[in-house]
Formats: sequence, C-alpha cells, structure tokens
Amino acid sequence: MAKPAIVVDNMSMMFNLNKEKVDNLKEYFIKLVTRKLHFTEFWALNDISFTVEKGDRVGVLGFNGAGKSTLLKVIAGVLKPTKGSVKVSGVIAPMLELGAGFDMNYSGKENIYLYGATMGYSRKFIEEKYDEIVEFSELGDFIDVPVKNYSSGMRARLGFAIATAVEPEILILDEVLSVGDAKFRQKSEAKIRSMFDKGITVLFVSHSTQQVLNICNKAIILEKGKLIAQGDAKEICDKYNQMVKGGK
Amino acid sequence: MKYFKNFYKYRYLLAEIVRKNIKLQYRNSVLGIFWTFLQPLLTTIVLVLIFGGVFGRKDASLVNYPIYLLCGRLIYEFYTQSTKRAMRSIRNSASVIKKVYVPKYIYPLSNVIANFITFLISLLVLVCFIVFFYFFSDQPPHITPYVFLSPVPVIILLILSIGVGLILCTLEVFFKDIEYLYEVFCMLLFYMTPIIYTLDTLNIQMKWVKMALMANPLYSIIEMFRDCVLFGEMININHLLYSLGFSILTVIIGLWAFYKKQDKFILHI
Repeated sequence: MAKPAIVVDNMSMMFNLNKEKVDNLKEYFIKLVTRKLHFTEFWALNDISFTVEKGDRVGVLGFNGAGKSTLLKVIAGVLKPTKGSVKVSGVIAPMLELGAGFDMNYSGKENIYLYGATMGYSRKFIEEKYDEIVEFSELGDFIDVPVKNYSSGMRARLGFAIATAVEPEILILDEVLSVGDAKFRQKSEAKIRSMFDKGITVLFVSHSTQQVLNICNKAIILEKGKLIAQGDAKEICDKYNQMVKGGK
Repeated sequence: MKYFKNFYKYRYLLAEIVRKNIKLQYRNSVLGIFWTFLQPLLTTIVLVLIFGGVFGRKDASLVNYPIYLLCGRLIYEFYTQSTKRAMRSIRNSASVIKKVYVPKYIYPLSNVIANFITFLISLLVLVCFIVFFYFFSDQPPHITPYVFLSPVPVIILLILSIGVGLILCTLEVFFKDIEYLYEVFCMLLFYMTPIIYTLDTLNIQMKWVKMALMANPLYSIIEMFRDCVLFGEMININHLLYSLGFSILTVIIGLWAFYKKQDKFILHI
C-alpha cells in the first residue's frame, strides 16, 4: 500500500479578527496601554480530518466562506494550522491563483523561469519544458512582452501551462478553471485528465458540480469550517445540489 | 538538517530572484548596468568638490582624500541600499507569499545578495581611482600586500547586512513605520560614520562621544577596508573582532526573530 498523498489530521485554523487593523507603533502602544487590543477568535476550519490517496481526484465543495480556500492554503503550506497537522508527500503545484508568482515587469519568458524556481525547479529543467509551455499557453510572440501588458486570460493560460508542464504529483486548483474562455477551459480540463494516467492527485475547488463530476472521483463538502460530508463524487454532488436547493 | 535540505531545494529560486533584482533595477535606463559605476563616480566627485576643501587638506594621515571618501561611500551605500531593500522585500512579495509556499527568508537574502553583486561591480570604480592616483598624483595610495586582505571587511559587511536586513524585514511586516524611521536613521548614520571626515580632524574632547562614534560597526568595517586598500597597513585586530562579533550577533538575532514570527507574516501583509 502506497503512502497516502495528503493526510489531514484533526486540523483547525484560527484567525484573530481585530476590529481595527493596527499597523503602526503609535497605535499599538496606545492600545496596549489602554488595553483596547480586542481580538475575536474566528475558526475558519474546525477539526478537519481526511485522507487523500495517491491518484485520487477530490472535489472540494461548499458555499462562500466555508473555508475552502483556507483549506487549500494550509495544504499548500502557505498557512500553518493552529491545531492538528497536515502531511503531504509528493511535489505540489499549487494553483490558488493562476500566475501568482509572476513579476509584472518581467517578460513572459523570464517569468517561466521565475515561476518554475518558485516551485523549486532548476533553470535547466524548465528549459527542457520551455517549448511545451509556450505552445500550450498559445502566447506566440507575446512571450517577450512584459506580463503587466497581458490580459488576465493570457496570464491565466501561462500560469496553467507552467504549473502543469512540470508534472507535479499533487495539483491544487482553486476555481482556476472558471477563468478564461470556453476553449481554454476545455483544453485545460483535457490536460488535467491526461495527467490522471500518470497517477496525479488533484484537489479541486469549484462551484460547478458539473466540473467536479467531470474531473473528480471523490468529493468533500465544507460548511462553516466543518467537514460535513465525504465520499464518492456522484453521491456528494447530489447532496450538494440538494443543499443548494434547500438553502433557498 | 531539514533547513539545509529545504534551502538546497530552493537555491534556484534564490538565483532567479537575485538575477531578477539586478535585471529589473536598470531596465529601461539607457546606460543600464553602467550606472553601477557611474553613480558612485559622480556622487564621489560631487562630495570631493564640496568637502575636499574642508577635510581634504594635505593631511599625511589621510593619504588621498578622494580614495578615502570613495571607500567609505561605497560601503555605506551598499549597507543602506541592501538593508532598505531587504526591509521591504517581504511586503513587496506579498502576492507570492500568500499563494505559494516558499521559504520566506529567500526574499531578504536575495535582495542583499543582488545588491552585493552590484556593489562588487561598483568596486571597479575604486580600482580605477587607485590606479589613476597611484600613477598620476603626488598623493599615491600605499599599496602593499595587505591589499589582499580587503575581502575580509567586505565579507563582514555582507554578514552584517544580512543580519540587519532580517531584523528590519521582520519588524516592517508588523510596523510599517519602521520604513520612515530607518530612512532618518540612515541619514544620521551617514554623518556619524567617518566617511567625509576623519575621527582625528573632529578633535572630539568628550570621551563618550568618541566612544559612541567608534561603537558603530560600520566605522570598524570602513577603517579595515581603508587599511587594506589605502593605508597599506595590517587590519586592526580590535576592529576585526568587534565588527565580526557584532555582525554574527545581528544574524543570530535576525534569524531568531524571523523564524519566530514568519508564520504570522501572511496575516499582516
């Protein structure tokens, strides 16, 4: 039995919501002295446990503010959980936002190397993948133009092309397939599906149960920071659709 | 061990960001990287014209005023530029830090290293100055084999900048005011460090004032550098021990503060 790709164990994430943002010394001292540093605790995620086996594609469903993005951020290692633990084995390609590692003044070409390095890949390795990335992103001559002049669709295409070209073991997708035109959506769905054969593990956040059914074999539902259902994708999507109807 | 492994994995990122910082600094300027020489050359000429008459009188202890001034200015400029950029590095990379896991110390570190590389290039101006004054002036710098010790103060300077950069960027995430405070501090530092003057010409009577000026680690580093390239003397061992100890201490404090607070960065940027 292979080691599971992701193990989330009794994980909770708490934020301090302070009413006013204190970001300078003067305010901080005044408030410290007058004891006005009030914090309200907010548990974005509460005691979450689940396991994702290698090769599973898990859809994460839930309404706005349910904690989906926070969950992905914790798994990607951006946030550290307040309690519990998250164990990940394998190379992760986090796509919480397409093109998050880009430098706006850098050209597309230079950003390919920068983004690759952000994920821990060498220049030489990215050079081998370079043609594939440019071809998939369909940027053509725009590859030498600074990214600040790109449209959001172009930026998304380039980000997606880099993150999938490096053949990660775990792919984290946070509603990234909802940007771009229909053609790009189809193309990237096809690309993700082609990676299934290599045994890639996918965590996929979407509001569209149709997309989840297309891509995932398993799913979970989050509600107000709690994990309320997990299981087979079809079953969970039906349940989610009922929740959507019931809420109205 | 875990930290070294992680650093090894992200060494490409360090290299890429250093490359990016150097490339973007001079992009869109006509003279490009040439400004690394031109900028210290021109500012030194301005300072020599203004202060040369006051402090630069034929003083045997000074040997050569333009070189004396350039040594101090180059080191001061590197220190302030690199620490200022390291200070802002975490906030400037907020968009990446919020979305992708990367070891965060890469950002202050890469900014200091990028500045260090441009500093090394700008040292060519000093080489030109030394060659010029050695052959064409009546105040030639004393070049002796001690010139080969000059990397010692430079390396201590690098360690100091990394340490101070780590401390400042940790503070900056929580209190943005530090940016403005540090700006003022750097100006004070310029006048408190013997760059345009020598400590002896000031003729300070009060002992504690002199002590305060000498407690500045930048003073030790600049003096050591001048010993090597201008006075042709052995490095003063007290300067060496003091500045090295001070630098290592700042790195330790910087690392400690950074590691203690880095998980909270994301909530504040």
